[in-house]
Amino acid sequence: MMKRNLTTHHSATLSAMERQEEDEDRVKLFGFWSSPYVYKVEWALRIKGIQYDYIEENLENKSDQLLEYNPVHKKVPVLIYQGKPIAESEVILEFIDEAWKHHGDRILPEDPYDRAMARFWVRFGKDTLSPPIWKWFTTQGQEQEAAYAAAVEQLQILEKELDGKRFFAGEKMGLVDLSLGPFSYIIPIYEEITGVKLIKEEKLPSLLAWMDNFLNSSIVREHLPPMDKLKLRCQAIREAFLKNTN
Amino acid sequence: MAAKEELKLLGVDVSPFAIRAHMAVVIKGVSCEYVVEDLSNKSELLLSSNPVYKKVPVLIHNGKPICESLVIVQYVDEIFSGDGVPSILPTDPYERAIARFWAAYVDDKFFPVLRGIVLALTEQERVEKATETLAAIEPLEEAFAMCSKGKAFFSGDSIGYVDLALGSLLVWIEAIRRMYNIEIISASKTPRLSAWAERFGESAAAKEVLPEVDKAVQFGKMLEAAASAAAASK
Repeated sequence: MMKRNLTTHHSATLSAMERQEEDEDRVKLFGFWSSPYVYKVEWALRIKGIQYDYIEENLENKSDQLLEYNPVHKKVPVLIYQGKPIAESEVILEFIDEAWKHHGDRILPEDPYDRAMARFWVRFGKDTLSPPIWKWFTTQGQEQEAAYAAAVEQLQILEKELDGKRFFAGEKMGLVDLSLGPFSYIIPIYEEITGVKLIKEEKLPSLLAWMDNFLNSSIVREHLPPMDKLKLRCQAIREAFLKNTN
Repeated sequence: MAAKEELKLLGVDVSPFAIRAHMAVVIKGVSCEYVVEDLSNKSELLLSSNPVYKKVPVLIHNGKPICESLVIVQYVDEIFSGDGVPSILPTDPYERAIARFWAAYVDDKFFPVLRGIVLALTEQERVEKATETLAAIEPLEEAFAMCSKGKAFFSGDSIGYVDLALGSLLVWIEAIRRMYNIEIISASKTPRLSAWAERFGESAAAKEVLPEVDKAVQFGKMLEAAASAAAASK
């Protein structure tokens, strides 16, 4: 798809139909400032060099547009491509890689076996790693200790897979890096709030280095959520969960 | 297929996830050794091929393992393609995204509550899960109309990605009907899915792969027993 440079167009000179077509051609992204899923999509669009219109949603008062575009889940992110919506971040990431195959770097590897491995680790991150990390952050006492142990166990599996590589995908980041990427800033925030270290250098050195590589990469460091605001939000979330269980 | 392509699939007849992988291979018309695992005594091959989860299905292609059912289906679709070979996913990126969206919906939203019916420890819980499952199937009834565009399957003329994702659960949906008299798919409430389910079951691939419903019922009773034993020992 051709990257449009809208500053050279003058809307007033376009017919109504041309304007509508042009509007429909714009890639749009519905998002929320703290959503890690939204950031994954944004980093992917940046890897491909795709310009897009960003629409910030108020999750407590969702727009009619969002509800129309994602009636099944009513969530962000939703990508709009030629007027058509795509929801679910992993689905969107694969779509971006396929729709803009010849733009920028590939997000998924070329080889089908490597692609299968990448998809496996994305599922692992979602189904097996995220739940205990979330549980660790939103509980206390014995429940928290059990979740912490489970999280460390899964992180050790990931450590072995990473095995000293710069990124999961190799020298450049790929699907798995984007998918797990938000952990690189979320886990330190969780550690600060709970006062407990989850990723220790002695046990998970590759992961610690990866988090640094990820955060310092040119794509990511240009686009991260506001950390102070995020920390306050995470703190409030933890407090709400602890209150609910008492 | 190139000479000397070795395909082995580790599975269990009643596992919807193994069914997906098995049907994908059958649809592609490639020869594959199907190994039935004993889940109470897992083979060394299974444990070493899927060290992370130790679960079926696992596809082993020329000695290299691939795990997770939908990952296997996509892999099989990518490796075996070309003239005359049926496609499982469409070629257009947007249509592929829609197919992936609905397959993810089946796994993330529909399957957990469906399974919850069997694993429920009380009648009240079972009714709750049944209600949730009946609510979860509704978007799929709508999705069928949108995806099939008047044709026989979600993918069109032949079985595709979403058909495999949901179709692999039909044996369990029928088992649940026999075990608890709960109808998840019915001609009255979900007419499109009801007709689609029949066509799915009549397909050559389904006839080759799907187990007898009674096998699923037996397995279901085992799962029920295990669930209540686990709860009792807490």
